[in-house]
Amino acid sequence: MVYEERNTWAGLIVMVVVMPVYIVVLLQAAGDGPLTDVDWWPIMLWTIVAGIVLTILVSVVWGMIAGMRDPDGVGKSDQRDRDIAHMGERVGTAFLVLGGLAVIVLCAFEADRFWIANAMFFGFAISSFVGGIARVIAYRRGLV
Amino acid sequence: MVKPTRVTNSIRPLREEAGLTQAELAKRIGVTRQTLIAIEQGRYSPTLELAFQISRVFGVGLDDVFQYPEE
Repeated sequence: MVYEERNTWAGLIVMVVVMPVYIVVLLQAAGDGPLTDVDWWPIMLWTIVAGIVLTILVSVVWGMIAGMRDPDGVGKSDQRDRDIAHMGERVGTAFLVLGGLAVIVLCAFEADRFWIANAMFFGFAISSFVGGIARVIAYRRGLV
Repeated sequence: MVKPTRVTNSIRPLREEAGLTQAELAKRIGVTRQTLIAIEQGRYSPTLELAFQISRVFGVGLDDVFQYPEE
């Protein structure tokens, strides 16, 4: 597995762990009350920071383990990695646009800031996740 | 999602004829071994620049490495 594919997998694995944790923490914070009463932004901020830090950690540790087996392949990327990354971004952007549209609609209906922020947050998350899935499929099945 | 390409290549026989391993050829054209495997198996269409680099390693023309069927 090449360096960039490992990084993509690391991001996906971390997201699968971090996003459900965010939802659970949010629901626990709300308790029996409405979600809009939750002090959501520190939880969201911590989720973003934890996601970034964990992805870097998993990538580094995985890279070190892989480097013991194949020292030449560590940290290398080439044209195929760039092509696959571009394709992943194109796929992910569609979902980012949907998140942006949801934000506009929520603003138009004067929704609570909780819903506006979370629509954008999930837009980013889904965009990143779907883009990552598209990338690993391209690595496994090919990009022609 | 993956559209099949009609481009085929003769990299593997040319590489074996030249006595090069996948790792050696990959290193000479500046890609990872996984990328070379993907090109050999037709799972990745290389850029024109990379295609020229591959043909230059074997000392043959582009048409000898990559083939596109007649209509």
